[in-house]
Amino acid sequence: MLTFTFRRLIFAIPTLLFIALVIFLLLELAPGDPMANVPLTVPPEVKEQMRQALGLGEPAPIRFWKWIVQFFWIEPLNIFDHLFGTGFAEGKLRIISWQNRAPVFIVIAERIPQTLWVVGTAYVVAILIAIPVGIYSAYRQYSIFDQAGTFVTMIGFSVPPFFSGVLVIVIFAVQLRWFPSIYDTTHVVDDWDAFVFQLRQMFLPVMVLALQITSQLSRFMRASMLDNLGQDYVRTARAKGLRERSVVMIHVLRNSMIPVVTVIALGIPQVFGGAIITEQVFKVNGIGQLLITAIQANDLPMVQTLTFIFAVLIVLFNLIADVLYGILDPRIRYE
Amino acid sequence: MSDARDPRSPIGAEDEGVVAASAAVMGAEPVLLSTGARSQWLDVWDQFKTHKGALIGAAIFLAIVAVVALGPLVWDPELGIKSNIRARNEGMSLAHPFGTDQLGRDIFARMMAGGRVSLAVGLTAMFLSVVIGTLIGVLAGYFRALDGALMRFTDLFLALPLLPLLLVMVLLFREPLTAVFGVETGIFLLIVSAIGITSWMQTARIVRGEVLALKEREFVLAARSIGTPSRRVITRHVLPNVLSPIMVSATLGIATAIITESALSFLGLGFPPDFPTWGRLLNDGVPYLEQYPERVFWPGIAISLVVLSINYVGDGLRDALDPRIRGR
Amino acid sequence: MNTKSALLCAAASFVLVPVANAQDQEGERGRDGEVSIIYWQAPSTMNPFLSGGTKDIEAASLVLEPLARFDETGEIQPWLVEEIPTLENGGISEDLKSITWKIKPGIQWSDGTPFTSADVKFTYEYCTDPEGGCAQASKFEPVESVDTPDDQTVVVNFKEPTPNPYTAFVGGESPIIQKAQFENCTGAATSTCTEQNFNPIGTGPYVVDEFRTNDAITFSANPNYREPNKPAFAKVNFKGGGDAEAAGRAVLQTGEYDYAWNLQLAPEVIAQMEAAGQGTPVVGFGTLVERIELNHTNPDPALGPDERSVVRPHPFLQDPAVYKALSMAIDRPLLVEIGYGQAGRVTCNYVPAPDAFNSTALECSEQDIEGAKALLEEAGYVDSDGDGVREKDGVELKMLFQTSTNAVRQDFQALIKEWWEEIGFEVELRNVSGSVFFGGDAGSPDTFQKFYADVEMYANNFDGIDPQAYLGQLLCENIPGPDTQWQGENVPRFCNEEYDTLWNELSETADPAERQRLSKELNDMFVSTGGQIPLVHRGRLSAHANDLGGIKLNVWDSELWNIADWYRISE
Repeated sequence: MLTFTFRRLIFAIPTLLFIALVIFLLLELAPGDPMANVPLTVPPEVKEQMRQALGLGEPAPIRFWKWIVQFFWIEPLNIFDHLFGTGFAEGKLRIISWQNRAPVFIVIAERIPQTLWVVGTAYVVAILIAIPVGIYSAYRQYSIFDQAGTFVTMIGFSVPPFFSGVLVIVIFAVQLRWFPSIYDTTHVVDDWDAFVFQLRQMFLPVMVLALQITSQLSRFMRASMLDNLGQDYVRTARAKGLRERSVVMIHVLRNSMIPVVTVIALGIPQVFGGAIITEQVFKVNGIGQLLITAIQANDLPMVQTLTFIFAVLIVLFNLIADVLYGILDPRIRYE
Repeated sequence: MSDARDPRSPIGAEDEGVVAASAAVMGAEPVLLSTGARSQWLDVWDQFKTHKGALIGAAIFLAIVAVVALGPLVWDPELGIKSNIRARNEGMSLAHPFGTDQLGRDIFARMMAGGRVSLAVGLTAMFLSVVIGTLIGVLAGYFRALDGALMRFTDLFLALPLLPLLLVMVLLFREPLTAVFGVETGIFLLIVSAIGITSWMQTARIVRGEVLALKEREFVLAARSIGTPSRRVITRHVLPNVLSPIMVSATLGIATAIITESALSFLGLGFPPDFPTWGRLLNDGVPYLEQYPERVFWPGIAISLVVLSINYVGDGLRDALDPRIRGR
Repeated sequence: MNTKSALLCAAASFVLVPVANAQDQEGERGRDGEVSIIYWQAPSTMNPFLSGGTKDIEAASLVLEPLARFDETGEIQPWLVEEIPTLENGGISEDLKSITWKIKPGIQWSDGTPFTSADVKFTYEYCTDPEGGCAQASKFEPVESVDTPDDQTVVVNFKEPTPNPYTAFVGGESPIIQKAQFENCTGAATSTCTEQNFNPIGTGPYVVDEFRTNDAITFSANPNYREPNKPAFAKVNFKGGGDAEAAGRAVLQTGEYDYAWNLQLAPEVIAQMEAAGQGTPVVGFGTLVERIELNHTNPDPALGPDERSVVRPHPFLQDPAVYKALSMAIDRPLLVEIGYGQAGRVTCNYVPAPDAFNSTALECSEQDIEGAKALLEEAGYVDSDGDGVREKDGVELKMLFQTSTNAVRQDFQALIKEWWEEIGFEVELRNVSGSVFFGGDAGSPDTFQKFYADVEMYANNFDGIDPQAYLGQLLCENIPGPDTQWQGENVPRFCNEEYDTLWNELSETADPAERQRLSKELNDMFVSTGGQIPLVHRGRLSAHANDLGGIKLNVWDSELWNIADWYRISE
């Protein structure tokens, strides 16, 4: 197990470096210009000077190397400094966003809470709903509950969030005025009323997202339960006179949860990645919205860093999922 | 969550050990091809018929495809292109069943044009992703020497953040491709290949798992022992037997591709504004949602309905093709 | 909607609000609590010198102030100075080579330190540092030096006689930053000064509490603001991001926000939102003109990279019959109605504003398809081979029409294409994403400067109230080409000796009336000799809640220029 984890970790390094290179090259080929959004009243010579000030004049390999050094050495140093009040990173140039000439990590740190609040809550809510629904649907396969559940989850799959999101805004925020239509990121929860307001402004995006995630998870839970319910050990358990409740809730559930837990782990990077469309629709200025604006503004350092962080998270959680699978399921042996 | 993606078949957790374990279970009953390929498909159809949702889904999907493909024969597509200022923002009427937009273009005609693009994107992107996925899956599963490299390659793709990359790719290659192929073909090719290239990994993994198990089965061993060349074994014996998982992932692939395309259009990175697709029409309709809600509803419902019906078909197919469930 | 009713609308919205309650405008600082502003493009920095974007300049204008501002009518007003220097009061030297500003006594930065001429001089040095990449460098380009004889006096010396010296330190684009704060942030160090760039110390009515880039800003009233009773709002909640539609809805329909900036929405959408009765749209017209540029060079793809869109002339576009017919075939009032509603009006001019510079010599508000056909017929353009396209001497009237990707522009393209095809042209449409079209990449074939098309549509404007520099863009020397890496502002490649001579005369004239006459003459010459086809004079439409008083929509300076005077109207 340990050697397996270690081997995978070692392998992750070249993978990640390769991904960084792929992302960099893709962005390098992009025909966009970070100065495109500057008004036409700013003359071209000035724009050229601004481009030089961003470091665009340097050749691509040097910029890539600089980025690698900044990402893997200077930024961790900065985090260390921040935590322990040391000064190792002083005077070293951090990864600078082209939009605002500020270090990208400061901006990312600002955005993470919003995304975690909204997307994270949606994820938790979805897990809490999906597991019981999946269990019951499988246990009563083809019952009315199962049919209805299937239909609802199918709707959850099929209605894209840019449709459902817009719909719930118009119904609940504009017509009924129950919830705000724009998410206030500066809101501070310091008393009960503030907490209620936070719940209200989170309600719509969480609802839309949770519907989607619930659909995926409950389908998976149901399939996994069905697989196990047909197994011989279930028949044996029933035959030896165990109560139905303990057969299903202990024996079957435990075994069915193994793949579901790994699926949940695999979904976590996406919680950090933010729900790009949902954030856009509900004006939750989180990581997803940050990425979209950076792409639109041709802010290459920001896009590069964000996509790379996503890649790191995906690789990491893939590994965690594999290890979890190995721990939870003794039948699996990683040599 | 990456909203545009549908990580429905989350096999990402599987490593070699897992695949082998599950594959052993799956291959419990041999599918004997030689005795009755036809009767097997009849069985599948019989089973499929009993799945009401799948049957209705298939009917709806075919109906939509028919309307979209054959509609222009009876409904002048020019109505959706030519503006008619005197008749703008009209409601539903006989002359314009879905009303007209802000330039007086017939929304029904635009919906059909948009549907052709959206469905074409869905089908082509699915085809591309299935071809790549199957190729890599079969090669990796069948040839031990290639397995490691190809699966690491697949892992690499799985580790890429897809939606952001898709956005970047679209932004990137949009101009060069439009320059070579013209706006419509260029962006069509771009979106189709972008979606295809970023969605084949699940198919590859599933196919590989199946092939690994099949390779050890008696009929394949028999074929190889009499000296059948690998190419023949693959085309005659392996491919037909992995057809069912491929078909299931293909149906679901159409749905994913359609949603991805509309998501891109919704973010303003898909087809240009004067080029109708369902996602684009929906995006254009959003500001008018309160005045002319039908402008959002029609494309929204079209996308949802197509995806819903395809999902039901996929569900039905999965049940019908799984020999363990068949006949239950 | 025609021009008159648009104006009336705008005027009405100005009048309606402030009559409510006179005593609301008086009272102590911070009496009205919080005001919420939404900009659908989020500000990315509070330092306007690092970004040329309007959103950043306007957000910064709550904190940073220039020496003088333009008011809502385009008149220059003293802001941090005692009076506007002119030739009459001796503030501008006789040779037009220097201007002397007298700073009001007693002005303090928000940290309590005095505001002095050294800060002004430092601002000049900061922005002209070649390594800093200052977005407003062109404002200081004519400046030779800045002198500070004493703490309250700033003398700006120009390299050449400058009839319009109100560029440096005037208007929201070139406010004054604090020397003490930015001293170590010049040149290459610019990027290390995140703290300073996000939280600048200013003289304005507000100070930054928290700045979240591309997201939201919170401000609170500046305790050291020079007017003791202002601002009325103790806090400003400034939200950025989203889209114009959501911003409009939040002010006009749900009342969640008090002020929304630049609502570029279809006219019927605005009308429907307004019907909810929570807020009022206000419109102001600056100098922005949506226009079609006519290429004066040959964009034939068969020509090599050194000749395409470089060699003259265009096969047919310089024929007066052709460009006149193209203009006549366009129904401008309809374009305004569809695309901009009350935020647009028909214009036939390159310089549509200020009023004193707006020429009335040209007329173009009526579509005349038959007249256009007759004109072409007369000039010998006939469809002799029956393919529906006119030709003359074997040259077919075929055009490529490009613009940036944007819903309104694509609607315009579709309509104009139909009109032009009706009079016998063949038009191919093309749209390029804005980031490429307006990006200055010399390697891309799709930029508006490269103009690899026969005609192209976009909007442009000028800063401030004097069009001299803007008219100067059309000089022969400013034509983009491969030798200048396609940098050059004369996009239509217009070149007319007479025009150049007249412009030189303008640049040497100081008398305002004469300047206006010359500018109008230049404008008329450019448009009527087929330089471009102006379409729509685009205004800016913003919206405010009905109980928000003191709004004076200003398109000549920051929209939030008078936020110190905003107040809540009590019921």
